[in-house]
Amino acid sequence: MAEKIKNKTVFFNPFSKNNPVVVQILGICSVLAVTAKLEPALVMGMSVIAVLAFSNVIISLLRNTIPTNIRIIVQLVVVAGLVIIVNQLLLAFAYDVAMQLSVFIGLIITNCILMGRLEAFAMANSPWPSFLDGVGNGVGYTVILLIVAFFRELFGSGTLFGLQVMPDGYVPNGLMILPPMALIIVGCIIWVHRSINKDIQE
Amino acid sequence: MNKQSNTYTVIYIIVLVVVVGAALAFTSMSLRDRQIANANADKMKQILESVRIPIDNKNIDKQFAEHITDLLVVDTEGNVVKHGGPDDMDIFNIDIASQAKLPSSERQLPVFVCRLDDGQVKYILPMSGNGLWGAIWGYVSVDSDGSTIYGAYFSHASETPGLGAEITRDPFRNKFIGKQFFKDGKFLPISVVKSGQQPTDGSDYVDGISGGTITSKGVDAMIDNCLSPYDAYLQSLRH
Repeated sequence: MAEKIKNKTVFFNPFSKNNPVVVQILGICSVLAVTAKLEPALVMGMSVIAVLAFSNVIISLLRNTIPTNIRIIVQLVVVAGLVIIVNQLLLAFAYDVAMQLSVFIGLIITNCILMGRLEAFAMANSPWPSFLDGVGNGVGYTVILLIVAFFRELFGSGTLFGLQVMPDGYVPNGLMILPPMALIIVGCIIWVHRSINKDIQE
Repeated sequence: MNKQSNTYTVIYIIVLVVVVGAALAFTSMSLRDRQIANANADKMKQILESVRIPIDNKNIDKQFAEHITDLLVVDTEGNVVKHGGPDDMDIFNIDIASQAKLPSSERQLPVFVCRLDDGQVKYILPMSGNGLWGAIWGYVSVDSDGSTIYGAYFSHASETPGLGAEITRDPFRNKFIGKQFFKDGKFLPISVVKSGQQPTDGSDYVDGISGGTITSKGVDAMIDNCLSPYDAYLQSLRH
């Protein structure tokens, strides 16, 4: 029973109370870069979920064999390998999106969320909780990406997922497309999030 | 076994790298055909963009074959040295970026001949050059008089969004429509100049992008470098 409850916390905690973006403030760079439209944000989120979940599982399986002094290198090799595979799959099956995301898929390797989870969780836990932790954190990251991208695409282009939703007379706000606006929206999300969850205020 | 020993560490990392390397090689090999097809479709789409045809993202190769009637390679004297159909991959795959670095007399100069739905024939010329951060490239379509620009397409690898990257957008591309390559029978490449200035040689010009000066200069240099070798061929179209 205790095990079950623990798995649940592992999975759901990163959604809100321990969200990698708005609480741990990790992975901000990619949040600024890929959230001008919803579609690339969603694909980026899915890619991070996939890479994070699988690298967590692989590192967790290897955790008792990895020599301590090269553990970071081993983690990097695993993450880099998975990222390249994801990039290859996107080039084959979602070429347009791969072009839009350009270097940012490659930069998943340097996303602090990944190394953070591998080092803090997968190195010390068995594969199933590690998988849940990876998916949980990936989803926590994706949710923030989608919220930011929702506002930026709606006001910046007047569309959602490329479909026109604003009335014809709407003049798109060019400022929303630029990266600083993503930072401001993330700031607003953190503000709202911390006003609701008083216990994580510092 | 001592998991902290040097031997163990070295063997461990070698095995790991070999396994990961094999997995990557396998992925790359099995997806290669699809990736090449996607890259080609993307290039076809860019070529069609320069003749302002509304493009449906599905079946791009079919739309390409419908509109592009001939692929040519010409030389600086204006002679057609190679002639192929729309599926001639040898001509289609000519790497403009590496050709643009050769002296103009040694270059292979591809021309994509396009027939629009209303029967008009346009000649599409490829370009490649450098912007501020990386490569820029584009296509210009010319009317059958060999002088008037019908449409232009530009793209880039990594120019600054909102500044240099604006070359991909309609406001900049549309400025090229109707510009003339020939002034009094002489070929003058279109210049891209700072807003308010004029080129000294009297050529037709468009305003560059404010805040994207180096990218604009890159476009200017790219047009000069890549289209000047077509001088004789375009002359021959005029007659």
